[in-house]
Amino acid sequence: MSKLVISAIGPSSSVQDGGRFGAQRYGLTPSGAMDRLGLAAANCLAGNAPFTAAIEIGPFGAAFTAREGAVRVALAGASRNADVAGRAVASDTSVTLADGETLKLGFARGGSFSYLAIEGGIAGEPMFGSMAVNARAGLGSPYPRPLQAGDELQVAAASGAAERRIDLPPPVQAPIRVVMGPQDDEFADDQKNLFLDSEWKISATSDRMGYRLEGPVIKHLHGHNIVSDGTVNGSIQVPGNGAPIVLVPDRGTSGGYPKIATVISADLGRFAQISAGTGFRFRAIGIAEAQAELRKFAGLLRTLPDRLRPIDNFDLNIEALREANVAGAAVNAVDAGTWQVASAADALTQD
Amino acid sequence: MAATLAPPRLLLSGDSAITVEFSRTIDDAANQRVLALDRTLAREPVAGVTETVPTYRSLLVHYDPLLIDFAALSEKLAVLGQLPVPASAKTRRWRIPVVYGGEYGIDLEDVAKTLNTTPDDIVARHVAGDYRVAMIGFTPGWSYLSGLQRSLHLPRRHNPRLLTPAGTISIGGVQTGVQCLAGPSGWHLLGQTAVRTYQLHRDPIFLLEPGDRVTFSAVDAKTFAEQDRAAERGEIVAELMAS
Repeated sequence: MSKLVISAIGPSSSVQDGGRFGAQRYGLTPSGAMDRLGLAAANCLAGNAPFTAAIEIGPFGAAFTAREGAVRVALAGASRNADVAGRAVASDTSVTLADGETLKLGFARGGSFSYLAIEGGIAGEPMFGSMAVNARAGLGSPYPRPLQAGDELQVAAASGAAERRIDLPPPVQAPIRVVMGPQDDEFADDQKNLFLDSEWKISATSDRMGYRLEGPVIKHLHGHNIVSDGTVNGSIQVPGNGAPIVLVPDRGTSGGYPKIATVISADLGRFAQISAGTGFRFRAIGIAEAQAELRKFAGLLRTLPDRLRPIDNFDLNIEALREANVAGAAVNAVDAGTWQVASAADALTQD
Repeated sequence: MAATLAPPRLLLSGDSAITVEFSRTIDDAANQRVLALDRTLAREPVAGVTETVPTYRSLLVHYDPLLIDFAALSEKLAVLGQLPVPASAKTRRWRIPVVYGGEYGIDLEDVAKTLNTTPDDIVARHVAGDYRVAMIGFTPGWSYLSGLQRSLHLPRRHNPRLLTPAGTISIGGVQTGVQCLAGPSGWHLLGQTAVRTYQLHRDPIFLLEPGDRVTFSAVDAKTFAEQDRAAERGEIVAELMAS
């Protein structure tokens, strides 16, 4: 066994996997990764099953150190500046940390959450079939809470397998698709149109329970109290103040506000990655189209292993530089050594 | 011939769940139909249904659209949701000990004042009730009970509290509830129980099931403290009554 030590980490970072299902009838929410494609891509690179427990890293920087042996990891989801001992590491690639080496990560760019998968997974005790952290319910392994600096994860020793990159479809800049309902009849047509025609922003007060939206006030037809009923990932409820809240994996299992629409499953990860303050729109589609999109998304997850490619060192450095968006005289494009990433401590201060 | 029941409304909760709605209000008959459909789906599973979540007035049916699509499942649920509710299935009956008032139920005095009576009378009315677990939701083990007598119906607090204690027994609107974990609440706090409706590393982890019957008994602070220690060790503390 080796250890992966959390040398530095920001808030909203925790061990997550595919989530725990089957106990929503007892009020236990599934939790699990905010962006399932990011989780699956990282695991695929690390040679794991797609929904193996990995580290979900929030918007701030982080640093991870291998101890008592080498550790092979892979990074996917929101891209970041990353390096190991001065060697730049591109997103969507695997990398092996020699004993004592530290992987330093900068801020998330073009998203909110990145996933660090570890070859062989993380040792821990699943509850209800999952190691995902749900701090309020005291669940999650090896720590039933978000990760903190100094935490240690027991992991497998690196296999020495060749490093790989994964060739994912390019990011989509399109409206977040929703299916209207289940309580869209609690809203007049002009309010539904206002919801669909407006630009929205994610509030900075959002968390793993709900993303609060900033935009116009959505008015109810019959008041904002309904008799509580069940919620799903992506339920868009409209409380009394008219500011919609999109429920995400740590949501309450039931809620008493009318739900105007639901984000389609295929767009949940893309939605979760929208960073606070970024504008976006919704678009309503029919149930048949939503389910066809889900089948396509499931197909993408299933065929991720076909998208793995060997890494060519030269390609890797160019890719890392391109992603780091470091265009300037100080950087020699073919010498990654001249590109400085923030230190672990710098990475935790706001940009 | 049994009278045909009104068909439930089948509402889209996204692409992977259907809300089978029997009523838009809190209605005991509707809750019976919710629990009956829940039992039917447990007894005769429909391929592709992954999880069901009963609430007061609707059953949320989670499914895998790769295995069954919306049209096929909603057709099945419409049929199953119109089956007559069988004579009440055998239900479990629990007695839950509660220490009422004082630091354990900080709203008892105010509730008594609002209803022009004494705290003892409020406790007597609450203990006299025969309740049913209508749903469990919000946070693990938070059990919403129906059957609160009309004289205890009160609007929720104007300002919800951000933190109320674990084990809180409270009333809100037409309901009473057993709250397991500390958390926010807009209800009126009458007392506290040592019973954990959710406790990891205990068998069972979740004590109450939707449909279970519940009564309360008043205990003193000393008994509560003893029961709390026993519950911490993993004892159930609640009494399972002969039904």
